[in-house]
Parts: sequence; structure tokens; C-alpha cells
Amino acid sequence: MSSVAETAVHEEKHSDVIGAKMGMWLFLFTELLLFGGMFILYAAYRAKHQHEFFLSSAELNMPIGTLNTALLLTSSLTVALSIEALRRGSRNLSKLFLLATIVMGFGFLVNKYFEWSAKIHHGIYPNSPELLKASAGEQLFFSLYYVMTGLHGLHVLVGVLVLGWIYTLIQKNPTDPGNFIKLENGGLYWHLVDVIWIFLFPLFYLIS
Amino acid sequence: MEHHQAEHSVGYGTYVLVWLGLLVFTGLTVSVSGINLEALTVTVALLIAGFKTFLVMNYFMHLKFEPILFRLMVFVVIITFAIFLSLTFLDVLFR
Repeated sequence: MSSVAETAVHEEKHSDVIGAKMGMWLFLFTELLLFGGMFILYAAYRAKHQHEFFLSSAELNMPIGTLNTALLLTSSLTVALSIEALRRGSRNLSKLFLLATIVMGFGFLVNKYFEWSAKIHHGIYPNSPELLKASAGEQLFFSLYYVMTGLHGLHVLVGVLVLGWIYTLIQKNPTDPGNFIKLENGGLYWHLVDVIWIFLFPLFYLIS
Repeated sequence: MEHHQAEHSVGYGTYVLVWLGLLVFTGLTVSVSGINLEALTVTVALLIAGFKTFLVMNYFMHLKFEPILFRLMVFVVIITFAIFLSLTFLDVLFR
């Protein structure tokens, strides 16, 4: 009964579903070009200071970076599974996967916190006395590191909040067919954050 | 249209396979970084990252199952980015 009603509403809103998704993709493009500009900056400075970039990269914690990569990839899987579960009508399973995604997103941020704290503890942060003594290339590397992983971390935080909000929507109003497109778009955002990390990881951690 | 919608559905198994592929390529990019390939290092890292992105966008983000317009839009963004990147490097490399 409810599934018939859902199908009817779904059909009626079909063009809206495509439109909502397209709107989300357009937003994601602005995000891609925002990070894209930073990647171009990175590429230009790296071309000028290749050796210093190699040296600085060796100071980053590669195991934590790898762990965070695996965490984000796995959280991308769980959000995709959550959408698929909701599509099939298994709301509890969908919520479980969504919760797992949120927990992994938090895990990513906790790792980032420890990583940044260790760096700051060693006196490596923008404008630190230690870094000011280093070469221009190293200063540029760590400035880019903090800005780009910082902005990315902010996106992870926003993603966690958005997915948490969608979780409460599914919790409060389980039969609302509008939940699905919200979850799908939230998932798109989450995957984009994953894609950006897929490039950040090798460019910062793996060039030593 | 509803049939079309049903075709969009990707099985749980496909997602798990894509995830395994992504983990394998992450392992690959980490182990390759230990080998000194000189100028090729970046190329290999970017190729692997590019392929991982292809997997995430096509399967996790469903691009493969969306109308062609979505893929065209992504294509335009990639071309735009490539133009900005190459114009910047015309300056950086030949200054």
C-alpha cells in the first residue's frame, strides 16, 4: 500500500529527481574547480621547488594518511550501500550504513587532529619560527598542506553534519519519499570529498 | 520510466567489488611510491588516482547510469580544468 503510494509520488516527481541531482552535480563542479585552483597552485609551486617538496613530504605521516584513505573509501562504500538499502525499502539497514559512514567520517577527523597536533607540536605550522628558518619550498609545501587538507577536513565535517541531518529525517519521517533524493545528494557530496582526498593523498604523502 | 529506474539499481555486490578495487589501487599507489621512477612517479600516482576517481564517479556516484548530459557536464569541467592547468604551465615552464 505504502509502496504503491510511494511509486505514484515518485513517478510524479520524476523530473524533479533528475533536476535535484543535476543541481547537486552543478554544485559539486564549483567544489571541484575550487579545489582545482588549489591543485594548480600546488602544481606550479611544486614544479619550481621539486626537491624541497620531496623533502617535506617525507615528514608527513604516511601510515595515518593511508589509514585515512582506507577510511574514506570505506565510508564511500557504506553511503552507497545506505542509498541502495533505502531504494530497496530496508530503512533500518540504510540507517545502519549511514551511521557507519558518519562514524568513519568522524574517525577521519580524529586522525587528522592527531596528525596536525603532532606537526604543530614539532613546530611545523604556517609562520612558525621553525618553518620560517626553512627554505621557501618547504614553507610553500606546508602552507599548501594546511590549507588544502584543512579545507578538505572542513568538507568532511560538513558532510558528516549533512549525513547526520538526513539520518534524523529518515528516523523522524521514515515513509517520506523525499528522503531518498536527499540521501542520494548527500551521498554525492560525500563521494566528492572522497575523490578530492584520492588526489590529496598521493600528492602530499607519497612524493618523498 | 519506472523500468529505467529499476535498471539504475546497482547490487550490493557491485559496490563491494568497486570498494575492493579502490583498496587494491590504494595499496598499489603506496607501494609504487617506494620505487624511484624519477619523472614517472607523479604520472603513475595521477594515473592511479584518475582511475580511482573513474570508479568512484561511475559506480558510487552512479554517473554510468545517469542521462548522457551528466557525463557531458563532467567532461566540460575536466576540459575547463585542463585549460586552466595548461595555460598556467605555459607561464610556469616558459617564463
